[in-house]
Amino acid sequence: MPAPHLLAHEHADNVGVVVVEGLTAGTRMLGVVTADNSSFELEARADVPIGHKVALKDIKSGDTAVKYGEDIGRFVADVAAGEHVHVHNLKTKRW
Amino acid sequence: MSASYGNVTVKGYRRDNGRVGVRNHVVILPVDDISNAACEAVANNIKGTLALPHAYGRLQFGADLDLHFRTMIGTGANPNVAACVVIGIEPGWTQKIVEGIAETGKPVAGFSIEQNGDLKTIMDASRKAKAFVHYASELPREDCPLSELWVSTKCGESDTTTGLGSCPTVGNMYDKLLPEGIYGCFGETSEITGAEHICKERAATPEVGERWYRMWKAYQDDVIFAHQTDDLSESQPTKGNIEGGLTTIEEKALGNLEKIGRTSRYIDILEPAEKPAAGPGLYFMDTSSAAAECVTLMAAGGYVVHTFPTGQGNVIGNPIVPVIKISANPRTVRTMGEHIDVDVSGILRRDMTIEEAGDALIDMIVRTANGRATAAEALGHREFVMTKLYRSA
Repeated sequence: MPAPHLLAHEHADNVGVVVVEGLTAGTRMLGVVTADNSSFELEARADVPIGHKVALKDIKSGDTAVKYGEDIGRFVADVAAGEHVHVHNLKTKRW
Repeated sequence: MSASYGNVTVKGYRRDNGRVGVRNHVVILPVDDISNAACEAVANNIKGTLALPHAYGRLQFGADLDLHFRTMIGTGANPNVAACVVIGIEPGWTQKIVEGIAETGKPVAGFSIEQNGDLKTIMDASRKAKAFVHYASELPREDCPLSELWVSTKCGESDTTTGLGSCPTVGNMYDKLLPEGIYGCFGETSEITGAEHICKERAATPEVGERWYRMWKAYQDDVIFAHQTDDLSESQPTKGNIEGGLTTIEEKALGNLEKIGRTSRYIDILEPAEKPAAGPGLYFMDTSSAAAECVTLMAAGGYVVHTFPTGQGNVIGNPIVPVIKISANPRTVRTMGEHIDVDVSGILRRDMTIEEAGDALIDMIVRTANGRATAAEALGHREFVMTKLYRSA
């Protein structure tokens, strides 16, 4: 299998991590779910730096972000699948 | 198919108290900040010694003073230290630290500055330090079981690749070596926030899990909520974490907790710098998440090798404990590879499994225990940072 652009931990996750440098909008990304090595495809809708997240599906403001199959915070904006997810649209539920 | 590590040995130093060290330092230890100059002068006079200057040791009291003594004594007592010269401004606290270190059976001597001055103290301490260097330099390395190593962990400048690669690598190492009888240690109390429900369940018994949760909650209530202004998102996650793609403390905590693997369970909770006393197994130490403070406390607890996953590239080392850096971030490996001992970026390309990465880390632990200098050692990183609980009197 070629090296993936995107990794998700669990099938329940709604965000995944870009693991290549220089990813540009419009790239047809190869994704892998590490829990079982299954693969999927998704189009990047932004230039996303390595290590940063993208939404794996269309998300509504107020939804819970899920990674590792766990709650990692609350979306504060609507996000479309393939868009960049970070501090501008996702906030902690703590502190 | 993972290798069995039951018969693996390393070339270590067997100390008088039975513990195995992997380094052979002659330490010149200041009791207090104002004795740093004398310690550094001794270390300059006598080659093969190591001064450990720090910022504290005056007018501390209560639990904060107890922690100071525990850190000083634990550092001198660490099996990576062959012998220790202690220098303080006055003899009382100096002698207390000397006696604590002497319980290990290793050579230790104290000197105090009042009524002597720096110059006479430096001369007397230098003569003793020279004798200790002769003693230490004749100690042989001998075959010791890998299972007798005490191996701690703490991650730093984490990013999303730490949770995908370098932290699970450490977890895989623990899942393989804890059953062989090593002592393990993780900590970073504030940084478990968001994964506390999972961490509580990873205790060996419900009673230990309850004690862990009370300790975690006390930090939230007594420190975080007592001192917070807006929220901690400026500090946890750090700016480096955010640059690396981590967005929330919950996300950071879940990645952090990957360091204890899939099957490992912690058997007890340690105060900062406390020596484990419940036998082989994994311990949680109540520490800051700041790298130098945390590694200093774990070294004082008696751990002799530290495993340090990093994403964005934390450059920390420790003066007495080799700090092995592991990174899965290909950009970090490319741009600051001189800091990385174990490159596990293949995990992100899916051409390296977590199993293989764990074996690669264990191989590096063995090589480091045998004497290979870590990146941090070669680059001269000797961060020795005391934890302070509150203002001195």
